[in-house]
Amino acid sequence: MTAALQYLFDALSLGSLYALGALGIALIFGVMRLVNFAHGDVMTFAIFVLIAPTTEAVAPLWVGAWATPLIVLTVLGVGAALAVLAELAVFRHLRHATPAATMMAAFALGFVIQNVLLALHSSRAKAVNLWPQLNLPVDLWGARVPALQMLMIGITMALLLGLAWMLRHTRAGLEMRAAAEDFDMARMLGVKANRVILVAFGMSGALAALIGLFMVNQTGLVDIRMGAPMMLVAFVSTVIGGLGSLMGAVLGGFLIGFVSTALQAWLPLDARAFRDAFVYLGVIALLLWRPNGLFTTGATRQRV
Amino acid sequence: MTTPLLHIQDLHVRYGGIAALRGLDLTLHAGETVMVTGPNGAGKSTLMKAIAGLVKPRQGRIVFDGQLTTGRAPETVAASGFSLVPEGRQVFGSMTVLENLRIGTGLRRNALAVAADLEYLLDVFPLLRERAHGQAGLLSGGQQQMLVIARALMAAPRLLAIDEPSLGLAPRVTDQVYEALLRLRAERDLTLLIVEQSASRALVTGGRMVMLREGGIVLEGDPRQITAQQMQQAYFGYDAAPAAMHA
Repeated sequence: MTAALQYLFDALSLGSLYALGALGIALIFGVMRLVNFAHGDVMTFAIFVLIAPTTEAVAPLWVGAWATPLIVLTVLGVGAALAVLAELAVFRHLRHATPAATMMAAFALGFVIQNVLLALHSSRAKAVNLWPQLNLPVDLWGARVPALQMLMIGITMALLLGLAWMLRHTRAGLEMRAAAEDFDMARMLGVKANRVILVAFGMSGALAALIGLFMVNQTGLVDIRMGAPMMLVAFVSTVIGGLGSLMGAVLGGFLIGFVSTALQAWLPLDARAFRDAFVYLGVIALLLWRPNGLFTTGATRQRV
Repeated sequence: MTTPLLHIQDLHVRYGGIAALRGLDLTLHAGETVMVTGPNGAGKSTLMKAIAGLVKPRQGRIVFDGQLTTGRAPETVAASGFSLVPEGRQVFGSMTVLENLRIGTGLRRNALAVAADLEYLLDVFPLLRERAHGQAGLLSGGQQQMLVIARALMAAPRLLAIDEPSLGLAPRVTDQVYEALLRLRAERDLTLLIVEQSASRALVTGGRMVMLREGGIVLEGDPRQITAQQMQQAYFGYDAAPAAMHA
């Protein structure tokens, strides 16, 4: 029983990470039909402001040394600002380019961000010990759950509820949903396309930064390559959820989190090293069964 | 006469190597109803999209309400008072009827006028009031057509353009759509620009008829004074058998 509870929290917290990542990708895909492959690197960049640029193995804290609320605000702000900057400097100029060109631009942007970090911080993984008290376990009906996991799950749920409320009850949310469903029609009704896209990028960047904060607290490390694996899982989550569906992306993220945790728990010891191979095998099977993902929307059709 | 609401001069639009509009001129005054007719591929929808800012003209000028709107973004054209109901209706299917109606009101500042317009339109289209909180994608074709007309009007446009309101609708349903349009025109002093493939609706709406073929205007005038023979000649480009009139 307690073991099951422990696994449940593992699955929920891992799923939270993936869901937030998938949401960041789905937000931008929804309004632009662009898979932002630089998403993971936006996360990495935002989290690296925690430490001072140095090529040493142990980096002194920079933003990480500030007061907690200030750290959170700064990291999220940097993520949002970088994503907005990417839209202004790169994607805005590619509105009428082919999807392949825009995708390549996103990849290129990711490499640029990574190389800027490489130049500033070297390629070593750096230890960052931000809030050690978060890793202390809390007793919960006999299960020992790290406080960080509970915090991750709580924040994710609050964010998802907040986002759902915002999409349903605010002008910006209404316009964002309209733009995601039929971009041209929304514009013909006066929805300012560039503003909606900027908001989507800002939200996506802040979400990426938040994942970075969660990850650095879990692992105690930052690495300039940490964005890529996260981006991959997040992308796969949006695909199995059905590209274009925010809800699908979130559920896809949780699904992968649950399946990964379940495999980790039940696979024979020798097979555990290949856990991700089993996960992706499942993804392939799922896509063979439902090629458009679990939650398809009209928005998946190509925009002209 | 006063300055026209819409003034189009020498409009050229090309899709790749294909010319969709070749030097079209069109003038429309406030209060007018203009029916644009013509066969498939005449450039009717392209004309609508060019005015709305969805396609960029190769050459020519579009002046709307005294402002040059050629090459402007669709949201800018919408803000200057042009509202297009495109071919195929394009409801936001996953959103509710009320949400659909609210999207176009972002341009307006007077919340009281918006609420009054909403009440008025729900009176004109009682079915929409019934389904106000239902998903728009579940409405029938005729209901969707009424929804998108109401949605366009919620933006309080100076000119309402509708591309093929009869597309895919049963004739009886099309009649209802036109009845509602005529009522709205009478009660709200609407200026209308309507595209239909067939010229027969022009007789119902009155106003002026403009016939397009191969990207240019081939016939223009009061539909009641144009003879069937003139119409056929313009529509097909040659004297067709009278039986083909309403093809």
